[in-house]
Amino acid sequence: MQTFVYERPATLAEAVALLDAHGPNARLLAGGTDLIIRLRDGSARPGVVIDVKRIAELHPAIREDDGIVTIGATAVVADIAASEPVRRHFEALADAAAVVGSVQIRNRATIGGNICNASPAADTAPSLLVYGAVVVAAGPKGTRRIPIDDFFVRSGVTTLGPSELVVAIEILVPARSTGAVHMRRTRRRGHDLASVTLCCSVDDTGVTRLAYGSVGPRPVLVTDETGVLADPDAPDEAKAAIFERMFAEASPSKRSMRAGPEYRLAMLRVLGNRAVRAAIGRLEAKGRVEA
Amino acid sequence: MSGMANTLPIEITVNGRRRALRVAVHHTLLDVLRDDLRLTGTKECCLVGECGACTVMVDGRIVDSCLMLAVEADGAEILTVEGLAENGRLSPLQQAFLDKGAVQCGFCTPGQLMASHALLEANPNPSLDDIQEGLAGNLCRCGCYVQITDAVLSVAEGGHR
Ligand SMILES: Cc1cc2nc3c(=O)[nH]c(=O)nc-3n(C[C@H](O)[C@H](O)[C@H](O)COP(=O)(O)OP(=O)(O)OC[C@H]3O[C@@H](n4cnc5c(N)ncnc54)[C@H](O)[C@@H]3O)c2cc1C
Ligand code: FES
Ligand code: FES
Repeated sequence: MQTFVYERPATLAEAVALLDAHGPNARLLAGGTDLIIRLRDGSARPGVVIDVKRIAELHPAIREDDGIVTIGATAVVADIAASEPVRRHFEALADAAAVVGSVQIRNRATIGGNICNASPAADTAPSLLVYGAVVVAAGPKGTRRIPIDDFFVRSGVTTLGPSELVVAIEILVPARSTGAVHMRRTRRRGHDLASVTLCCSVDDTGVTRLAYGSVGPRPVLVTDETGVLADPDAPDEAKAAIFERMFAEASPSKRSMRAGPEYRLAMLRVLGNRAVRAAIGRLEAKGRVEA
Repeated sequence: MSGMANTLPIEITVNGRRRALRVAVHHTLLDVLRDDLRLTGTKECCLVGECGACTVMVDGRIVDSCLMLAVEADGAEILTVEGLAENGRLSPLQQAFLDKGAVQCGFCTPGQLMASHALLEANPNPSLDDIQEGLAGNLCRCGCYVQITDAVLSVAEGGHR
């Protein structure tokens, strides 16, 4: 690994000043489960590495205030999977956080790193899209809020400015009763990114939201408001037609070593069907508890 | 802190012993444990977070020490495989690995022990499923998975560690 200058700011203002001063020569380090690998193989060669883990503003406890759950950027996915407000309101995000890598990886991998790395296979992305999460970013001009659907561009690229960093993720607790689930296909548990990821939510008005990843340059969010997918009695042909429309944007790479495009497209439909059923199951279970 | 180039002083507690040392900022915790502190029980293998041979506990949680810079551990409490035995006696978990034949070439064993140790601390009575999930980040090229699982289960069932 090539050497660098290591900076460990204690405040957000210091971190922004460092980013501003060093520009593209600086790289932010959170859990390092993506970045350390790139530093070692030389695909990233920053002159300055800015460790964000000791910035107080980035790691408050996961909290629920006025119907908004806030997750600090450096929250590790192990803690997100175990978080009471996340499990209560955003079960699909808890599902996703629990399947990232292995225990060792989950103890280090942060949610900020997961979305900023912007892998099309990032496990937290589909559920954040489905729940309409908002990315809180700070930069020299202050703080702004970016809807997550406007955040992802393609692998490794987001709409974050060059001197901006992610401070937190905010998610509005759904107003309607909602059941949601995250599913994936992977070659081996504990070691591999997913070949297909998919999150589905169904609410009590019959709106179905799907977000899927690993089948194109960025994860995609689509919505079905016809109520057909959410209707357990709707005929399979009607559902298939809706899935065709929802999956139209999937364009898996032909060159990936993980899985061929035919396999991914076929699995997208399988996961879609399974996830809709599971989400309806969770919605119904909530209805029974609330009733 | 600012302007820290190339080397940096850190303080870590390793297996209960406080250590103050100066480390290269681009060296991983694994490098420093093995090369600076001569604690070679922790193994270097894939260096990409896939095999778990480099697993150690940092502030009570297992991590792959190949994916963490030593400077990031500044102030932390670290437990390595060398810290599992007490007064020269193997821990019940280590003894179970021997008794169940869970060690073949032994290269993955330190990592398997650290991951099992962490699992049992969090969950003293893990199911087979819990063990498979808890050890999913540790590969064994000799294929001792059944024996490793047996060893962990035997300690769990025994209710002592
Ligand atoms: C063995 C292994 C298995 C894995 N399995 C999975 C998996 O199953 N699912 C999955 O989704 N991922 C997986 N990953 C990838 C990785 O663990 C995740 O993407 C993780 O969430 C990255 O977070 P981090 O904190 O480690 O990021 P880092 O490596 O620290 O950073 C990643 C990128 O984000 C930038 N960054 C970090 N924090 C911020 C911030 N606050 N603001 C702006 N930019 C920032 C960094 O500069 C860097 O470019 C795996 C990785 C390994 C090594
Ligand atoms: S050497 Fe660290 S996980 Fe393989
Ligand atoms: S005993 Fe040889 S790798 Fe596990």
